[in-house]
Amino acid sequence: MRVYLDNNATTMVDPEAFELMKPFYCEKYGNPNSLHRFGSETHPALRRAMNQLYTALNARDKDDIIVTSCATESNNWVIKGVFFDHMLNKEKDHIIISSVEHPATSAACEFLKQFGIRVSHIPVDENGLLNPDDLRKLIDDKTALVSVMWANNETGTIFPIKELAAIAHENGALFHTDATQTVGKIKIDVQDVNVDFMSFSAHKFHGPKGIGGLYIKNSQPLTSLLHGGEHMGGRRSGTLDVAGIVGMAQALENSNKLIEFENLHVRRLRDKLEDALLEIPEISVVGDRAHRLPNTILAAVKGVEGEAMLWDLNQAGIAASTGSACASETLESNPIMEAIGADKELAHTALRLSLSRFTTEEEIDYAIVHIKKAVERLRAISSTFAYTPQGHISGL
Amino acid sequence: MAKHDLIGGSIWDEYSQKVQDLMNSPRNMGQITEEEAKERGGKLIVADFGAESCGDAVRLYWLVDEKTDIIMDAKFKSFGCGTAIASSDTMAELCIGKTVDEAVKITNIDVEKAMRDDPDTPAVPPQKMHCSVMAYDVIKAAAASYKGVDPDHFEDEIIVCECARISLGTIRDVIRMNDLKTVEEITQYTKAGAFCKSCIKPGGHEKREYYLVDILAETRAQMEAEKLKAIADAKISGNDSDLAFEELTVVGQLKAVEAVIDAEIRPMLMMDGGNMEILDIKKNDKGIIDIYIRYLGACSGCASGAGGTLYAIESVLQQNLSQNIRVLPI
Repeated sequence: MRVYLDNNATTMVDPEAFELMKPFYCEKYGNPNSLHRFGSETHPALRRAMNQLYTALNARDKDDIIVTSCATESNNWVIKGVFFDHMLNKEKDHIIISSVEHPATSAACEFLKQFGIRVSHIPVDENGLLNPDDLRKLIDDKTALVSVMWANNETGTIFPIKELAAIAHENGALFHTDATQTVGKIKIDVQDVNVDFMSFSAHKFHGPKGIGGLYIKNSQPLTSLLHGGEHMGGRRSGTLDVAGIVGMAQALENSNKLIEFENLHVRRLRDKLEDALLEIPEISVVGDRAHRLPNTILAAVKGVEGEAMLWDLNQAGIAASTGSACASETLESNPIMEAIGADKELAHTALRLSLSRFTTEEEIDYAIVHIKKAVERLRAISSTFAYTPQGHISGL
Repeated sequence: MAKHDLIGGSIWDEYSQKVQDLMNSPRNMGQITEEEAKERGGKLIVADFGAESCGDAVRLYWLVDEKTDIIMDAKFKSFGCGTAIASSDTMAELCIGKTVDEAVKITNIDVEKAMRDDPDTPAVPPQKMHCSVMAYDVIKAAAASYKGVDPDHFEDEIIVCECARISLGTIRDVIRMNDLKTVEEITQYTKAGAFCKSCIKPGGHEKREYYLVDILAETRAQMEAEKLKAIADAKISGNDSDLAFEELTVVGQLKAVEAVIDAEIRPMLMMDGGNMEILDIKKNDKGIIDIYIRYLGACSGCASGAGGTLYAIESVLQQNLSQNIRVLPI
């Protein structure tokens, strides 16, 4: 059996969206900017797709939704664009982000430090939650931009974006949110939260990989990073990926339609899995369920190193992820774990399980059995965990 | 960056089959109890290295025959990734049958090589070399426990590159002896930094106490400071005969040039009724030391003063003092 529980990394493409994409590879493959019929026959689909995107996010006509390659591009564009438009002349020199931002945001800010830009970080607590008062303490009249992700990719914690955006605007700063993990999982209304910029990526909500978007309120000026064409109204050059746009729009529409399902079915399966994990001694989960994405669990499994757990689960056909840095190119502690104040043991024993609407009850039952087996095997090997003579399990 | 590096990939794909098999079914996983040790007539040694907070920890059990110091059996427990489990298992296997003194010589390289499917293909990717490093450290801890000494007894040097087990002293010596100027040269001479690369500079996949870039910079700075001190000492003592011509003061250079001219040039000029004097010595932007001279007596106005005689003077000074000398008659 193959069970995919790594949906915060990427998702399966929605079959309906995939069907809609197919004609634009071998039949209607014309460049949409060409004058001839091959090019123009793609326009109805593009118009429909853009309408779907605007509707799904409740964007207005005077707002822009620019198609990009992914949220990484969108985040970089906002950070660097705001620098060029509002900071290069030194009127403002300050950006505020959360301490758990994706590197697409935090590394872009680090890059700007070499140009004299100050970067401040809003802390999060041990549950991964963020207090808006901490933004009030950090913001000043030199702050050009506040950028806070809508939900964290590792903990699944949802941040109070509406309140944070209001604080930014009260202080004359622009507000950006990286909604990569949120779009398609909880209802998005950009008018309600009043953000200036919002990044998203199609492959996180069952769209294709390599395509994403940036919502720009009121067509706010934002210096382009890509020059050399008039695509997307001149805001983002590059030949349009018609199939990708069509797939992304349909995937988002379908995800939005199924948000109730996400919050009932997916949340129920997530809770079932989480309850089963918590039955195992000395396993803890980060953040309470009420402030978390309905699909995400970040668990700490005492005595079991993260990559070893992934290996065992993979042997059983289960895909998961880990907060442990040991499974990546670096062995340093996971910055998200450090930001939530977790001790380093947690950082090395973290297991992230993320579901999707395609996850079945049978898969969750299978995963529960094999996670328990893996924990048992690896704790038997573990030098930091032992069964006492009384049968009670404890860390050494 | 090479084509292979552009798309990345799962590090699991780079594990040897032996490593994968050991991750699934370690042969020496487990523990040895006091009762078992007593029954088998050996001394039980238990040693720990690492910590869960560091991401890797290993516990090594040895059953040692005290008459022969031979390790009769070895078991391990491990908190770590699959390669840590496989490395610990291999390390335990390599210990069995060896004396304690022989076991202390087992290095992480031995462990990694024992896990290869073929001799030329590494068993794990570079960033996983550190997993086998623990093998060396826990063996050292076990041996120290057995012999009742401090683990540092087996390691009197600071290890900078754990993968290649190259010490700080060795790296400094090699830089000095070979006048090394780049980290790449250090790697060529010692293998330090050739494996997981964590020791090269901060920002690698594992934090280190010492980095090659810093050691190189510090050692080069020390070498430079020592050189300057030697010059200063020589000047203070007046004993600057051993200094290079470039390192002398202008007065010193003047004296040196005068000495060579007196010994090898002036007698020849005087034989023809001529002579010369030194007007000035200046170092230009390109590092050339220009010596300004004036011909005297018969040499003054002699056609050879701008040709053969000039070349002869310049050549003698270059040979005796510095190749950077240029002679300019005024």
